[in-house]
Amino acid sequence: MDCTEIISGIKNKFPGFSALSVSEEFTDEVCLKVAPENFKEACFALHKTLPSPVMMLFAEDERRESNKFVVHCVFVSFKRSQWVRLSMDIPKDNPAFDSIAKNIYSANLFEREIWEMFGIEPKGNPDLRHLSLHDEVCPAGNYPLRKDFKKIENGNLSEYKFGRVEGDGIFEVPVGPVHAGIIGPGHFRFSVAGEPIINLELRLGFTHRGVEKLFEGKTCLEAIKIAERVSGDSSFAHSLAFANAAEKISNITISKQTAYLRAIFLELERMYNHVNDMGGIALDVSFSFASAYASIIKEAILQLNELLTASRYLKGVNTIGGVSSGTGIKKEIFFDSLNKIENDFCEFEKILSSSVSFMDRVDTTGVLRRKTAEDLGIVGFAGRASGIPTDLRKYFPGVYKEAKFKMILQESGDVLARLRLRIEEFKESVRLIREFTEKLNQNEEAVVNPQYKEGCALGYVEAWRGPVLYWLKTGSNGLIQRCKIVDPSFRNWQGLSYAVLGNIIPDFPLCNKSFDLSYSGNDL
Amino acid sequence: MINILKNRALKGIVTKHISLDKAKEIEITGSELSSLIKQKFNRSLNIREVDTGSCGACESEIIAANNPIYDLQRFGINFVASPRHADALMVTGPVSKNMLIALKKTYEAMPEPKFIISVGDCASDGGVFKDSYYVEGGVKKVLPVILSIPGCPPSPLTIIKSLLAFLKEK
Repeated sequence: MDCTEIISGIKNKFPGFSALSVSEEFTDEVCLKVAPENFKEACFALHKTLPSPVMMLFAEDERRESNKFVVHCVFVSFKRSQWVRLSMDIPKDNPAFDSIAKNIYSANLFEREIWEMFGIEPKGNPDLRHLSLHDEVCPAGNYPLRKDFKKIENGNLSEYKFGRVEGDGIFEVPVGPVHAGIIGPGHFRFSVAGEPIINLELRLGFTHRGVEKLFEGKTCLEAIKIAERVSGDSSFAHSLAFANAAEKISNITISKQTAYLRAIFLELERMYNHVNDMGGIALDVSFSFASAYASIIKEAILQLNELLTASRYLKGVNTIGGVSSGTGIKKEIFFDSLNKIENDFCEFEKILSSSVSFMDRVDTTGVLRRKTAEDLGIVGFAGRASGIPTDLRKYFPGVYKEAKFKMILQESGDVLARLRLRIEEFKESVRLIREFTEKLNQNEEAVVNPQYKEGCALGYVEAWRGPVLYWLKTGSNGLIQRCKIVDPSFRNWQGLSYAVLGNIIPDFPLCNKSFDLSYSGNDL
Repeated sequence: MINILKNRALKGIVTKHISLDKAKEIEITGSELSSLIKQKFNRSLNIREVDTGSCGACESEIIAANNPIYDLQRFGINFVASPRHADALMVTGPVSKNMLIALKKTYEAMPEPKFIISVGDCASDGGVFKDSYYVEGGVKKVLPVILSIPGCPPSPLTIIKSLLAFLKEK
């Protein structure tokens, strides 16, 4: 596949464009190297023509090898099933680049992250507050993802500046980081006028563990253990995206059997999370019967996971080039459990939809409009509930093509839309699992003995929450030099802060649960 | 409402739905636990949970221990919303630097006597994150921990059993 179409697309919007070099190592990735002065315009042109939000924007430190930093910006072309990566070099003295967030809002958080982690300034970005390294704990001037960083150095601490709404009768309600429930930590600051929320300021980063730095210097087999622990509810998806990147670099082709098994596990993960969060929504309106019912279904799926893989959360299943367990699936037992789960789920759906007071609470609550969602670059089921057709399972299908995967869309963007979408997705997952299991060949064995190569590649997978992306770079010794992770939560948290506007605080838990975002996946 | 009652009648008691051996095991550990809690904590043990940077799997299992199948609450163990109501603090995660202040403040807010239980490998020594620049590497480096429940994540049954073994000793 050649990329003349993509380049001519950029030239339509930006006539002066020329790429310094073009690389098409993989069929699903195009990499264009551009001069720093052209970077911003080229990004803007791609953003408009594809059209695509900024899927990733990240830096790497190459000062030791070639005296420079490199910044990459990744877009996605659904039409061509390709990822487009623009790169530019940045000199190591006074590193800075022109902010693209003024034109493409979905780049904003990424730019703040680059500034925080590398000390490369996105010139013109008005908001350079730290995300993960809290000012009260970590002094300014520490850039952990630089290669010469050893540990946090002491220095002056400061205080985070919250966005404020001022005026008569405005109250601020701070919540967290320790919440009333058994959930992750995050700080929410509501500004309310009377009952309606007029501003919600999110402050996250409490679970920052320096994950990306930990990947560096590890072998791929060691690192997959960390990938599984980035976000506990998507441990399979994260390990799969990581394995996908590592396999691309080393030119490992996975067997059909592995592809089916991975798809089965991915759908099982989707199922237990979807049902768990529907139960969570019910609990947040004190509909405890439905919530208990959902937790029984979730437990059944977790026990099924354990039966198949000896891990309730599908940890330790993925390896580079294959899966370590699940090849001995006994179809009868598996289908039997699956049927029970499906029947229970249909009952659960009836319980929810026959409760008038429940439906009344979720209908028209927490609306995220399509335009807002597009500007923020909202992905995954939250995006689809607002009418944005993005699903990697459709556009990068693999084995999903054989199973005739059907993408589910909703238009209204409220809690009900997200709920309905997830109900349909649950049913679709059950169907897909049946299809894939029928195709499994009991005799085929996946034997992998990988030879690790040097290079870089993008691994991606549509997890239950949205696309999980891993950009991986390995050195000649096979050790990881840089690993950039983007969990869908990173962009979707922004969606929540817009969806709650105009709603009352008692509806916040509903909105929050309907997006169901990961703290640890966001904070890294 | 009729639907709910009908459903309840059809479904029966779900603890029966899991395999017999496992169900038995829970009942035995559970009833022992319950009588111990009656003796030592005057009928109920209240726990406040704090996440200091876990991936969320440990939380998920703690929640699962409260689902109708394991139903930790029937043995007298409650998870409470405020540290002011708690006898014990249950901590997950490798203690991110950002959570240090919040963790200490939560502990300070608890009335005496109080103790800390750490859940999961991260909370016991940092787990896979122990070499990171931004974690303390386990709760015991920061506050006194009286019981560490291992596992990544520990299953609901492990959590219940560990609590029993601990309460027996004390």
